[in-house]
Amino acid sequence: MVLILAGLAAYAVLGGADFGAGLWELGARGPRGAAVREHTHRAMAPVWEANHVWLIFVFVVCWTAYPTAFASIASTLTVPLFIAAIGVILRGASYAFRTGDPGGREASALSLMLSLSSVLTPFALGAAAGGIASGRVPVGNAAGDAFSSWVNPTSLLVGTLAVASAAYTAAIYLAGDARREGLADLAETFRKRALISGALVGAIAICGPIVLHEDARPLYDGLSSGAGLVAGLVSGIAGVATLALVYRGRFEPARASAALAVAAIVAGWGLAQEPTFLPGLTVQEAAAGDATLVAIAVSVGFGLLILLPSLALLFRLVLSGRFDPGRELQDVPARTARSPAPAIPLAAPAATAGLGAAVTLLFEGWLLGIGVALMLLGAVLAFLLFAAPEEETR
Amino acid sequence: MPYELFAAALDPVQQDYLLEARQMQAMSFAVHIPIVCFGIAFPALVMFVEWLHLRTGDPVYLTLAKRWSKVMAALFAVGVVTGTILSFELGILWPNFMATFSEVFGLGFTLEGFSFFLEAIFIGVYLYGWDRLSPRMHLLSGVPVVVAGITGSLTVITVNAWMNNPGGFRFEGGEVVDVKPWSALFGNDFFWHELVHMYVAGYIVTGFLVAAVYAWGWMKGRTGRYERTALLVALTAACVAAPVQLIVGDWAAREVAKSQPVKLAAFEGLQETTKGAPLNIGGLYSESEGKVKGGVEVPKLLSLLAFHDPNAPVKGLESVPKEDRPPVAIVRISFSIMVGIGTLLAALSAWFLWLRARRRFPESVWFWRAVVAAGPLSLVALIAGWVTTEVGRQPWVVYGLMRTEEAVTGAGGIPVGYATLTVVYAGLIAGTIWILRRLARVPLEQAQAEPPEVPRG
Repeated sequence: MVLILAGLAAYAVLGGADFGAGLWELGARGPRGAAVREHTHRAMAPVWEANHVWLIFVFVVCWTAYPTAFASIASTLTVPLFIAAIGVILRGASYAFRTGDPGGREASALSLMLSLSSVLTPFALGAAAGGIASGRVPVGNAAGDAFSSWVNPTSLLVGTLAVASAAYTAAIYLAGDARREGLADLAETFRKRALISGALVGAIAICGPIVLHEDARPLYDGLSSGAGLVAGLVSGIAGVATLALVYRGRFEPARASAALAVAAIVAGWGLAQEPTFLPGLTVQEAAAGDATLVAIAVSVGFGLLILLPSLALLFRLVLSGRFDPGRELQDVPARTARSPAPAIPLAAPAATAGLGAAVTLLFEGWLLGIGVALMLLGAVLAFLLFAAPEEETR
Repeated sequence: MPYELFAAALDPVQQDYLLEARQMQAMSFAVHIPIVCFGIAFPALVMFVEWLHLRTGDPVYLTLAKRWSKVMAALFAVGVVTGTILSFELGILWPNFMATFSEVFGLGFTLEGFSFFLEAIFIGVYLYGWDRLSPRMHLLSGVPVVVAGITGSLTVITVNAWMNNPGGFRFEGGEVVDVKPWSALFGNDFFWHELVHMYVAGYIVTGFLVAAVYAWGWMKGRTGRYERTALLVALTAACVAAPVQLIVGDWAAREVAKSQPVKLAAFEGLQETTKGAPLNIGGLYSESEGKVKGGVEVPKLLSLLAFHDPNAPVKGLESVPKEDRPPVAIVRISFSIMVGIGTLLAALSAWFLWLRARRRFPESVWFWRAVVAAGPLSLVALIAGWVTTEVGRQPWVVYGLMRTEEAVTGAGGIPVGYATLTVVYAGLIAGTIWILRRLARVPLEQAQAEPPEVPRG
């Protein structure tokens, strides 16, 4: 469960910033708009895919560790999840299509598509989360109402909060990036946007307890006592601190405190619901068998060992500005010129592949496996031998 | 696995649009699977070209690697979104399948999530790291992309292998207990041949599709060193893979004969269990008459191919009740298409390899025409092969255990979702073609002069 919440928090922080960046492209027009657009795109393009995978991570861990709960959620909240899925397609597509350097009209169409889907997706996901949090998803195959499960006050609250906080965190990050690139003008633009959206997030957050008190009493009780309350307070303090930091133009610490504010809210939700997952189903009851849980924990542990350094590398390269324009390495000397084709006698691939094919056809079990391996090795050797144009060596 | 009774985790419901739900899922796979081929094979080809540049210092390789890496990035992005949709759909369309069994196979997707993650990170580094990292570091940053391309498809295939050949758990009181997720996925007899078959297919499809584009240009007179290099790399990859696929396919068919006899019977439209069963080539199955009509019948060949024994008995469709049989006509025709195209591609490959073994470059216009045809044909074979195995699995979602109709969601509105997704995917495909054409039209000199990673517009 901790894993899911951690993944959800990471998605809310990073994916949220990603949505927010897309959102800020909305209404970016004229030469100034073009600057805004180019900046947001440059900031997000290297990292959007990685940010995005957190959502998939949440999905897979959820369905492996809590199969029944996942299925109940997916079948009741089909509509908002489908909307989110469509939004994901449109967003990804607009990133993908930008690699072709589209011209003016196409670029603004893509930008519009990106912005709209960047609003749609976090809202739909937030609304779905609101449905779960307010206990509107019963256990069963599409057992809950297809619409009132996500069209309700709590869903509306969480949905708008998701959009607003995405805009907020993104504005802070983009302001920081613009300053690093020496674009003071652009940094100021995003500072203003961060302040406005920050105020909006604050306003929604203040409305929150009132809505929850009326609409989702168990969640309200969870958030107004014990650990839930602590998480809520941490989020509130971090939010206010962020606003102050942004106001004074200190974007780097603001990045961290904004992330903390978002993560704390997600943690608070988890703590407030504890021990209930869905109505009548506790987290304990929903969990898969021990062997599965151990397998997930082991694979996630090993996975993180590889993943975290990789992520650190990516963000270090991006945040240190290595990928910014004008940072190309100059005149890297070429290695000594050698013939492209490695010297492999023709007989080697032919013999390996031939022997492998014969063994594969004639045997079963281990020998067959060796035969397949030999065959593939032969194919690779043949590729190395034939793929380089040896006639035209310089 | 015996046909046992068990209780699904959620109550099965009446779903009027089961067929639409299946078609929606099928469409989503059909859009995703060509991208998977590129995910498997293309990074390795791009890295090979970059390695050639490091080895020779020849700028033509660098230009090619840079331009291909942009195509790779665009296709990866499309793959990210189409893959995400699949994970949404598993829950939205098949909640009961997930609720009942995902604790057995879910681990495969968890691992897939990680390799996907790694792929996304390093594709970012690779793409934006041209000229920013030292050449050797840059080449190294591509390694995780290649590895993750393998492990990502590997883990998804473990799940598909499990659906076709379930194991690694017991039923107790109708509930799934005693789950052994590792051996369920990786100790599965179906895993290895499905993996190799798909992996080799990845190289065939990628190689022939890329080669087809350049072969078209070749016939129109675009025959520079750049095009020649591109053709050689792509075509060689496809042509060393296609003959291998014939042997791997034979292995796969033997495994199917062992574990899914009804599926094999559907390939051939074989009604009664027959000793020394014949193989019909080119005939179509008629549902009304229950037999294959037309084509050429070769005595005992099916027994020989499936069991390597001309007199081995081959189980027929009648060995199971009617409601447990797959739709034979579709399975038969897609199997025939896959095998037919696969054989043609292997023949084309033999032509090419024969020329290359004598250090010659293909000159015949008929060769290039064949390569242009081979691109789309390899895609058709890929989809046909996948229809063969997935429709051949019907009516089961988990072979012999859970029917597809038991897995489906109770939610309404499937036709609406299907229609919406169709429109969105039509746009996505059109957009992808548009972007690839656009990338192809960037003049070579410009691509060399300007580093590709500075976005404009």
